[in-house]
Amino acid sequence: MNFGKQLKEGIITQNPVLVQLLGMCSTLAITTSVANGIGMGVSVTIILTLSNIFISLLRKIIPDQVRIAAYIVVIAGFVTMVDLILQAYFEELAASLGVFIPLIVVNCIILARAESFASKHRPLAAAVDGICQGLGYTLVLVVMSAIRELLGAGTLNGVEVFPSEYAVQMLALPVGGFLTLGFLIALMQWARSKTGQGGK
Amino acid sequence: MQWTTLFDIALGAILVNNFILAQFLGICPFMGVSKKMDTAVGMGFAVIFVMGLASALCYPVNLLLDSLGLSYMRTVAFILVIAALVQFVEMFLKKSMPALYEALGVYLPLITTNCAVLGVVLLNVQNSHNFIESVVYGITGGAGFLLAIVLFASIRERLEFAAPPKAFRGFPIALITAGLMALCFMGFQGLQIPW
Repeated sequence: MNFGKQLKEGIITQNPVLVQLLGMCSTLAITTSVANGIGMGVSVTIILTLSNIFISLLRKIIPDQVRIAAYIVVIAGFVTMVDLILQAYFEELAASLGVFIPLIVVNCIILARAESFASKHRPLAAAVDGICQGLGYTLVLVVMSAIRELLGAGTLNGVEVFPSEYAVQMLALPVGGFLTLGFLIALMQWARSKTGQGGK
Repeated sequence: MQWTTLFDIALGAILVNNFILAQFLGICPFMGVSKKMDTAVGMGFAVIFVMGLASALCYPVNLLLDSLGLSYMRTVAFILVIAALVQFVEMFLKKSMPALYEALGVYLPLITTNCAVLGVVLLNVQNSHNFIESVVYGITGGAGFLLAIVLFASIRERLEFAAPPKAFRGFPIALITAGLMALCFMGFQGLQIPW
């Protein structure tokens, strides 16, 4: 198994958000501060890795007809676990992420990896895939939340960079989420067409 | 029953806190199914239907979980209810309304993973809505989804003929369009019923 290749796929060539266009809701909604972005990214990475391992272990037992339902139950179990841990030890983060923690259940990245990767590979490869895809997702969240927090509130991870009266508050609002992600995906498509991988 | 409360909830769900453009719930189908007007309309109505029913069904489920002291099982229970509901709706439509079933096609099972549906039932619990408020919130939330997706689909049909810079073709320009729509919907912020 080629770890380097999987890492490159997760972060760049098959980035879950920028290339596969999965998991939009959480990406747009919670990237208002860097702390939120990191918290969400780490939570999703942990859930993705665990559910990938578990589904990969069960891949021969789960009957084909009910596999989607089975995957969702496995994912929901891990999401509940992470939700309870966050509420117990990271109250502030849990409060600011709010309803988007339980909504990780329907984050398409996790179901997509379960269906297209974990159900066809050994547990170890599935775990590596979970970590790599999770890292790619986290990276996008951190970049997006850094842009939005810096330009929208003049702070970076809570530290003031320039006075907030010069900030473009629009970027911290829903509009900013759509615009930032649009420009990031455009940048990605531009980069891919330059390197000859051919965007759309 | 306070009609004004219900009206307030409906107004909030459709305009002020539109599920897609203000709360970011249900972006995947919003982006995926908005290329053609007819499928967008079909998806919108299916979502209204499922969101209303899911709100109604999850209310007693939540009461049951609370009385058993199992409220930490909420997420798992709700997603199972929604998955079963979508499956049931699919079978029902196939038997009784084959035309609509054909039109919705693959989008129907995808409603299970539409975060607007799970979102609405979780928000119902969070805002401690009673039964009628939950159903109203579910249906009007779906109506807000329908409104947004129909507006977006009609813009996107015209966008096909536009010539944005090469890097922006396809998804990025659609996201920026959605951003501008979100900006328009911000105009509804602060909209309140006067009594």
